[in-house]
Parts: sequence; structure tokens; C-alpha cells
Amino acid sequence: MRTIKFLLQKEFRQIFRNKSILAIIAVMPVVQLAIMPLAADYEVKNINLSVVDHDHSTYSQELVSKITASGYFRLMAYSSSFKEAMQGIESDQADIVLEIPAGFEKNLIREDEQKLFIAVNAINGTKANLGGAYVNQIIRAYNQDIRLELVQPTRMNPIPVIEITATNWFNPSMNYKVFMVPGILAILVTMVGGFLSALNIVREKEVGTIEQINVTPIKKYHFILGKLIPFWILGNVVFTVGMLVSYLLYGIVPLGNMGVLYSFIAVYLLAVLGLGLLVSTFCETQQQAMLIMFFLMMIFILMGGLFTPIESMPEWAKVVSSFNPVTYLISVMRLVILKGSGFRDILSHLGIIASFAVVLNTWAILNYRKTT
Amino acid sequence: MNDLSNRAISIKADLLTKRYGDFIAADALSFEVYKGEIFGFLGANGAGKTTAMRMLCGLSLPSSGSATIAGFDIYRETEKIKKNIGYMSQKFSLYEDLTVLENIRFYGGIYGLSDGAIKEKSEAIIARLGLQSEADKLVSALPLGWKQKLAFSVAILHQPHIVFLDEPTGGVDPVTRRQFWDLIYEAAEEGVTVFVTTHYMDEAEYCNRISIMVDGRIEALDTPHNLKQQFQADSMDDVFYKLARQAKRVDL
Amino acid sequence: MTQLITFIKKEFHHVLRDRKTLLILFGMPVVQILIFGFALTNEVKNSKIVVVDHAHDEVSTEIISKIEASRYFEIESFVDGPLGIEGAFQEGHAKAAIVFPANFARDLQHQNSAQVQIIADATDPNNATALTNYLSSIIQDYQSAMNKSAVFPYRIIPETKMLYNPQLKGAPNFVPGVMAMVLMLVCVMMTAISIVKEKETGTMEVLLVSPFRPALVILSKAIPYLLLSLVNVGSILLLSVFVLDLPVNGSLLLLLAESTLFIITCLTLGIFISIKTDSQQTAMLISLMGMLLPTVLFSGFMFPIENMPIPLQVISNIVPAKWYYLIVKDIMIKGLGFEAIWKETLILVGITLFLFFISLKSFKIRLA
Repeated sequence: MRTIKFLLQKEFRQIFRNKSILAIIAVMPVVQLAIMPLAADYEVKNINLSVVDHDHSTYSQELVSKITASGYFRLMAYSSSFKEAMQGIESDQADIVLEIPAGFEKNLIREDEQKLFIAVNAINGTKANLGGAYVNQIIRAYNQDIRLELVQPTRMNPIPVIEITATNWFNPSMNYKVFMVPGILAILVTMVGGFLSALNIVREKEVGTIEQINVTPIKKYHFILGKLIPFWILGNVVFTVGMLVSYLLYGIVPLGNMGVLYSFIAVYLLAVLGLGLLVSTFCETQQQAMLIMFFLMMIFILMGGLFTPIESMPEWAKVVSSFNPVTYLISVMRLVILKGSGFRDILSHLGIIASFAVVLNTWAILNYRKTT
Repeated sequence: MNDLSNRAISIKADLLTKRYGDFIAADALSFEVYKGEIFGFLGANGAGKTTAMRMLCGLSLPSSGSATIAGFDIYRETEKIKKNIGYMSQKFSLYEDLTVLENIRFYGGIYGLSDGAIKEKSEAIIARLGLQSEADKLVSALPLGWKQKLAFSVAILHQPHIVFLDEPTGGVDPVTRRQFWDLIYEAAEEGVTVFVTTHYMDEAEYCNRISIMVDGRIEALDTPHNLKQQFQADSMDDVFYKLARQAKRVDL
Repeated sequence: MTQLITFIKKEFHHVLRDRKTLLILFGMPVVQILIFGFALTNEVKNSKIVVVDHAHDEVSTEIISKIEASRYFEIESFVDGPLGIEGAFQEGHAKAAIVFPANFARDLQHQNSAQVQIIADATDPNNATALTNYLSSIIQDYQSAMNKSAVFPYRIIPETKMLYNPQLKGAPNFVPGVMAMVLMLVCVMMTAISIVKEKETGTMEVLLVSPFRPALVILSKAIPYLLLSLVNVGSILLLSVFVLDLPVNGSLLLLLAESTLFIITCLTLGIFISIKTDSQQTAMLISLMGMLLPTVLFSGFMFPIENMPIPLQVISNIVPAKWYYLIVKDIMIKGLGFEAIWKETLILVGITLFLFFISLKSFKIRLA
């Protein structure tokens, strides 16, 4: 116990004297939470529309104004030909081209049927898919309007119609920031814990002080605990700062219990720090440790369900993400903060993370050799 | 001093060997070091000095052979050995971002000294080294010579039976080296066995006995006086040169 | 010239000796391409939904079986009401719910109108929109099938064509992004660290006092990373052509030339960082926070630039990766020629020259 006290004293002194660590702890949560959510706005809006109107009729103009009034589209240009509009797509000035053929209005009334042509720049699949869907929705609604206008209304629907009402729960304003902030906070806690702990032991290796520690009668688990505890505390501090920042900047207040969040974070940090320690036992230089951590973090972040849902992944990728601690933290953060889930809802997550923590730390202790 | 064989044995190595693949870094080393002796370990770069020392400290496991340190076996009782030795490595071993006092307290603490003992020891070390005005400065701010003297004092803080010094005076000026050796003598007089590697031949003369390693083997082991006679040399420099010339391993 | 080659050889030895680092440098693009190509998709598939069926009649049952039959959905469970839905959402498996009121089929038959409610878990807004759209269209299809005989008057039939990427795959969007990211990582971070390392260990001074010109010392450090990066460009292109079926539509030669230009931009940036910093840790922090993060944020392949606030959109213009991303997209996906990208090329050349001159200036100041 006394040994640990001395180890902790030493680590804390070193941390508070290291300006780059302090900068990471103080600045990273604020910067990441201030900028990332602004950038990570995946709401599909501001779709640039280029219209080729060969008809110049009341109907064609009404349709275009319906589309631009929807809020999803920005009318970039009226082009005289499809070819000209395509140049807009090639130069990234337009995302969607709507071509209204000559005789649109006339044919619609006389022949009951008229085609419209839509070309979507589909390099970004998500945007194209939703953008295309929005145009089609608006056209369908406009079609209904015309029908109502032209057909005599009756008291009852002429044919059976199922009316669909859609409701959005937990995030009715469909605000992307609400969705992203808890996820980004999860990444932040992971990065701080992982990088700092990995670099710490490797630094002692590079400088040579670890040799001195290795000839002392200090126990392996004392040494590892002395490294874990300070960064565990720092991780909690970063998490708390992050929660405060997300409240101040975005007004996000957890629906669920803070106690549930903190108890999950407590176990989660053990797992992440264990990973950092494990990496550090494999590396000789800080450059290596940094690169390996970076590589792992990249996979964790991409496969953690921050940007795309895990359910959509193929089976092999689901298996990979089930071994990814970040997956569980992001999920728990969203469940507890946004939906108010309770302790019982996250119990299975907690169990899995606890076993990660045990495995990673045991491995790190076994792999940390005092002799070569 | 001449009758060392009556004293207790501190270090006993028997055919101690370390192999890295085909390369034999230390080849069947056998020697004894007596309590309170200053034992010099000489050799060209790459001759295997550091490898031997790392095995004796429990930092590296031997490939074969046996050794006891303060009566403890280097295979089975490494943790007991660690309580009884001090070590000062080639690389600087104190924390640069801690102060002088913090370093002393830290190492005192992990060797299990009581608070009272730590306080007493730190005062003694600071007084002995004349670091009163530097006690609360970061170690990184000290000149190299002071750092080395401090590192030595910290290495014997817990009153070990044996202290291992790996090229402790590299890059240090002659005056400070002299002072450093005064510290070594003081420790030896208190009964600490000193095992030291060095490149400086004048320092070799300060040792009670020296061994000279060439290509992983001990080629000579005796008092400086006897060695000079044996090799018909005027100085230790000559002895070393005559032996080192046979080396086949060239330091790259 | 032979001196230069000697130096470059020495640098290659350094780079090739550290196997762990090398493995990651070459493995990184492969792993990224595989993850982006196969794992990351917004496609809706096997989403779990819960059902509240107060009707229990033939229409509600038929619609439920239609939903279950589609590849988009899996029925997770049947629950009683709002509390049950909330519970399911809080457990985190179900993403949407569908509610049929009592007398659903009877209302539809007698009043020609019945209501069905779709409730989506909107914590993920786009996913919620997509699920609502898919559920609606299943119901609408059912309705059209039901009213096969009836013909709606005045039909507008939109014909939608998806250009460049008809199957809406993720690959065309991210392959250029991965190229930008990997080149940035290898060239900026690795160059900066390797030069600063020589400063830290003091070997830089040895090189600088040699009769060799200082600028050539720096040049010889950059060349191995230039070659490594070209190997990475090659492996990314091979993977995207043969594994992701994403051909290079434009000129391969032009693509390689533009990549070389971008690599040079990154190397200059790495050299600039190394001149300005003294420790590996600082160099790493600056490359990671100052370079890699902006690259991921502002190149436009992961985060939509057009949705960002104006100040961030302005900042995005000074990120070299943004321009390279546009260039690669134009050549590789759209198959355009130099006339479409001369502006972006000019901007990259400008950034490179600027970085080159300020590095040269601060390097001379250091020596003086």
C-alpha cells in the first residue's frame, strides 16, 4: 500500500509538470466537442438543384417552387440543356438535375400521364439516396395536389387509403448534434485514456528510468496499478469536463441516471487503460506506440457505430465490432444520455466491458517483464 | 585489504553464460567478489560488461551457469536479490521531471523505508552533496556531475549489500570524478560491496581487484599491482591495451 | 550525386529496419479500404422493429408479414403500448415501432380510410428517416396491390437516374478520402518524426557539419517516404480496382502525377513541422491534432462540408487534402481530364511553394 502511495505521488507530479499532457486534458475535450459536432452534421440538406425546364408552364414553375420551398434544396441554376446541367454536376456545383420535358403540363392533363427525369450525383451514396427520396416525395405530394384540384372532391375517399403518420421519439427535432455529441465524448475518453497510458510506460523505457524501477523489489502489480490509477482519475476528469461542455454548448442533459454513466465509465476506463498498457509492453519507442495506438483507434472509431449503424454491417464486421470496446461505450452513452435507459438495460454491456478489463490487464501484467 | 579471502563472499558467479542466438555475449564467467570490496569490471565496448552486470542484477536471465548475489540464487530468488542491491545504469536513472528531494523520497518509498528514515536520509544526502539550495529544483536543471553523484547516493539509499555501477562517470570532469570516487570509498568502508564498470584506467587503479573482459570472456583477474607485474606493464593502460588488442569483435 | 544516393540509402535502412512501423504503414490503407468498402454502410438492413397490434385482423396481419418478409426489417417483438415501445428503445435493439389501432380493417373497408402510426427512434436522425421511408413504402405497396383495379388519374412518373454510382455504394466517396488520409499520415507525421528524432539524438548536428549541403540532408530524408507513399497509392488503387470493383475512369498517369504533387505538399509540411519543433512528442501532437484531424474533418469525405458553419467552410480551403480529394474524385470517378482540375492543381502548387519557402527561411534562421 505504501509503495503505491509513492508511485502515485510520482506519477501525479510528472503529469502536472508535463505541459502537453495538461494541454490534452484541458483543450482536447473543448476543441473536439466544439468543432466535431458542427462538422459531423449528416442531415441531408442544402442539396444543390439544377433545373432544365423545357416546358416553361405554370405547372413546371409550381413544381420547382414546391421543391425549393421544402428546405432541402437550393436552386443553383436554370440550365437551357441537360448537357449544360451535367457540367454543373461535373464541377460539383449541382447535386441533382431535374429535367422537365416540353409539353409537361399539356400531356399531364390530356394523357393522364407524364414523365419527369431526375439525375443524381451518386458518388456520395447516402446523400444521393435521401436526396432522390425527397424529390420523389415532393413530386408525389404535388401530384396529389393537382389531383385534388382537377377531380371533384367527394365526401369519402373513392378507394381505401391507409394514412400513415410518423412520429420521431427522443430527438423530435432530428438534431444531428444530439446524436453525435455523446458518441464523440465516448471517443474522447477512449483516446485520452489509451494514448496517455500507452505513451507513459514507453517513455520510461526510452528514457531508461524503467531499468532503475526493474532492479527495485517493487511488485509488478504495484507498478501497473501506479500507472493505472492516475490515468483512471484523469479519464474521469475528462469525461466530467466533456459532460459539462456538452451541457453548456448544446444543452444536452442526460435523461438517465448519472450514477449509471459513471459506473460504466469506471469499468470502461480500466479496459482502455489496460489496452494502453498492453500496447506499451510491446513497444520500444514512443513513435511505435503512437502509431499502433493510432491504428487501433482508427479501427475502433470507424467500427464503433459512431458514423454508421452496426446493424447494417456484414456478419464479419459485426464480429469485429463486438470485440471493440468503443462500440459498447458509444451505445451506452446514447442509451443513457438520450433515451434514459437504466442500469438493467446496460447490464450486458457492463459485463462484456468488465471481462475486457480483466483480460487486457492480466495480459498486460503478464507481458510486462522485469527481466529480458 | 590483502587478505580478502577471509572475508564473506558477496557475489559468486560460476560459468555464467548469455547467448543471443549464435552470439555469445558472456562466455562462462566465473569469479567471486568479497564483502566491502571495490571490484572493477573492464573491457572494450561490446566486450560483454553490461550483459554480465544485467544478469547479476536480475534484469536479464542467464542462458546457463549459476550465480549467487548476497547468498541468493539469481534464478529463484530474484526478488530477494533486488532488496539487497542498488543499481546505477549507464543511462541516467533519476526522473528529470522530479525535484532532487522528490526523487530521494520516491526511491526511499519504493524500497520500503519508513517516513522517519526517508527524512533522515534525504537530509544526510543533501548535506553530504552540498545540494541545500538545489533540493527543490528539478533534476533536469542540475549539471551532469551532480546528477551522477545524486544517482549514486539514491542507489545506496536503502543500504544494500552490493551496489552495481555501470560506467557511472562517463562524460564527467576529472574533479567531479574524484569526488564521485570519494563517495564510493565511503560506501565501501561502510561494508557495501561495489561492482563497477569503467573505461577510465586511472579509476581502475582505485579498485581492490579488477577483471578484464575480452570478447565475452574474463581474460585477467587480480589486483592492479599484480596485473601490471603479470603483463610486465608500467600502467593499467598498457595492461588493457595488451589484452584488448587480441579482441576479434570489432565495435561497430 | 553519389553522396545523395548514399544518404538516401541510409534513410531507407532506417525506415526498413523498424518492422512494426512498416507493417502499420502498409497495413493501414489495406485495413481502411476493407473497413470502408465492406463494413461501413448506411444501408438499412435487418433493422429490428416492434409491433403494437390492437387490431389483430387480416389487414394488419398481412402488413406485418409483408414487413417481416422484406430484407430491411426483422420483427423483434410484439408489445402492448407506448411503454412497451419505450422499453424496447431503451434496451437499444429496436429502432422503430409500428402501431395498428383497433378496428383497422373495418375502418379501411367501411370508411375507406384507416390510420397506421410509425414511431422511429430518432436519436440517429438519418436512420430514423430511412426507416420511416421504407416502412411507409411497404405499406403503400400493399395499398397499391390492394387497389390494383383502380387507376389514379394524372400520374407524374419521375424517372431517377443515379450517376457514377448506380448501386449507391460507399466506395466512390471514400477511396479518394482514404488516399488523402494515408498520404497525409505517412508523409507529414513520419517525415516530421524522423527528422526530429535525429535532432533529439544529436545525429542531425553530425550530418549538418558534414560537407554535404543541409538542404540535401533534408531532401534525402524525404525521398524514402515519397517512394513509400507511391507504393501506398499503388496498393490502394489495386485494391479499389480488384477488390471493390471501382475502376479508374480517367487517366491513370494524370492521377499518379497529381498524387506525386500532393505527396510533395505533405512532405514539405512534414519538414516544416520538424524545423519548428524540438521533441518527437510535440511533432506527433502537432501532426496528429493539427494535420490529421483537419484532414479527416475538412476534406469532405467523412463530414459534409456544405452543412458546416461558414467559418469552418472557409477554414476547409486551406486544408491541402480537400483539394487533393476533389482532384482524385474528378479523375478517378468522374473520368474528367486536366481541364477540370487545373484550378485545384494550381492551389496545391501554391500551398506547396508557400510551405517550401517558409521552411527554407526558418531553416536558414536556425543555422545562423
